[in-house]
Amino acid sequence: MAKFLLKRLLALMGILLLVSLGIFMLVHLLPGDPTTTILGPNNTAHNRAVLMQQLGLNKPIWSQYFLWLGNIFHGNLGQSFITHQTVTNTLANAFPIDLELIVISQVVALSVSIPLAIASAKKPNGLLDRVSTTTSFALLALPPFIIIVFAVLIFSIHFHVFPGPGSYVPFSQDPISNLHTMILPSLVLAIGSVVIYFRLLRGDLITTLQEEFIVMARSKGLSNRYIMWRHALRPSSLSLLAAAGLNIGGLVAGAFVVEFLLAIPGLGYALVNSIQQVDYLAVQGVTLFVAVVVVVLNFIIDFLFTIVDPRIARE
Amino acid sequence: MSSTTDAVSSAATESSVGVSRAPKKRMRKALGTIFWISICWIGVVFLLAIVASWIGLDDPNNGDFSLINSSPSWSHLFGTDDLGRDILSRVIYGARVSLIVGFGAMGLGMSIGGTLGMIAAYRRGAVDTLVSAASYVMLAFPALVAVIAIVAFWGHDIWKITIIVGVASTPLVYRVIRAATLSYATREFVTAAKAQGATDTRILSRELLPNVLPTIISYFLIGVATVIILEGALAFLGLSVPAPTASWGNMINESRTYLSDNPWLALFPSMAMFLFLVALNLVGDALRQSFDAQESKL
Repeated sequence: MAKFLLKRLLALMGILLLVSLGIFMLVHLLPGDPTTTILGPNNTAHNRAVLMQQLGLNKPIWSQYFLWLGNIFHGNLGQSFITHQTVTNTLANAFPIDLELIVISQVVALSVSIPLAIASAKKPNGLLDRVSTTTSFALLALPPFIIIVFAVLIFSIHFHVFPGPGSYVPFSQDPISNLHTMILPSLVLAIGSVVIYFRLLRGDLITTLQEEFIVMARSKGLSNRYIMWRHALRPSSLSLLAAAGLNIGGLVAGAFVVEFLLAIPGLGYALVNSIQQVDYLAVQGVTLFVAVVVVVLNFIIDFLFTIVDPRIARE
Repeated sequence: MSSTTDAVSSAATESSVGVSRAPKKRMRKALGTIFWISICWIGVVFLLAIVASWIGLDDPNNGDFSLINSSPSWSHLFGTDDLGRDILSRVIYGARVSLIVGFGAMGLGMSIGGTLGMIAAYRRGAVDTLVSAASYVMLAFPALVAVIAIVAFWGHDIWKITIIVGVASTPLVYRVIRAATLSYATREFVTAAKAQGATDTRILSRELLPNVLPTIISYFLIGVATVIILEGALAFLGLSVPAPTASWGNMINESRTYLSDNPWLALFPSMAMFLFLVALNLVGDALRQSFDAQESKL
């Protein structure tokens, strides 16, 4: 187990190094002078000298990379030449918002998809199963950027149930109205996850329910409810976990989209703003941060697998 | 095969199994009609996108400023946008972007990832280990964030977007095609071909490819749908083809500002994208199911 974990940790380090290298190269391998790219409209002689010093641009590219990497470990991702905010500061302000969105959406998604999948799997091809399977298939073709537009049109503009774009309030300032603003984007995000989890779990449960140990459990006289929750759902938790892991990337993307429409100042909003302002240092910082978070989360989920099913570590 | 990716993709593939035999047969018959309607719809969208310039549509980029944000009427079936441009015309021209990016990127991803996947599964050994490791590293990176970053640094014309998304799709394509080829690479007919002295190229193209083709086609179509969604997300963030070029994503993005005045602006491109994605998913799904059924008969 310890050896397995060590091997995985080494792989994680390797992947993180490659990811950081890739993001570093994005700025440095592009044609043209990186200072021109990074400084953008603020390309003055003074700024250029400061940047040269900061990035060590007169040194060879490898030592530049290690300098950059070293700075990251000290929590220094650079300071934007456009907004004069440190990139670390931008991240610290924006990340909790994404976290809130994603956590709410996942709680909603799991509490909808699990009972729905169980109810559908009880009677495959029954009315509920057919309705939910067809609906989920249609929803597969409705990406978050379409749903959010119509959700805002219906719920904010027509019925005024939820606040419209640009009404974000920080949680620390007013928790109630903060939650009120976050409901609509979280629900839109949740829809995509519900579809994935429902389709996966339903298929899994139908297959599991035909296994012999279920027949065995039935013949022992256990109740259907007990069999469903204790015997059938348990082996499916593995694939659900895997799906949740794969879903993280899509969730981040979806969060970017809904934030952008509703002007919620999360990471996606920060990223698109920095791109539009040609603020490359911020783009680099946000990209690196998101990539690292996703890679580390996937690592943790991989590790959870070995706890749920210890056989994986023995392989 | 024990990776999480494979577990999910195979679980997703099997999501439709387990339904008892008799209703499945009926379902397949019912699927038949829907399947052909979907094929026709995809064909119509293709045809319209190709002949868009010759069927007397209004100019998609130059509008009539005396008629802005108008509702559907006989002269403008889908209405006009905030610059008086005909929405029907823009929806049809916009299909070009989705089709080029969708089919182009998947074509690129399939030719790189698919070829590598087949070779890795057939040759195994060092090639397999190396390419598989590389695919895991690429998969670890969140695709949309990578695409956003590269598009932001490199620029966003339609061909660059196609190449970036195509390359980003290769690791996933590689894993799917590799897994599909693996199940055939050790079968008797491959051994027989080898014994007859067939070259590797011949075995890959004449023995393995026909068997993997069903997986390639169905995965290709579902991949195209995913890429079209990705282009839409890029457009929504203002990172797809630059204005005034029409694309479904761009149109949905532009509609945000005028939602309360002119909901038609959002409705038509959304409908176009939704119906096209449903058709692609239906065809891909139906093909996969019918191939699965053939396999189980063997």
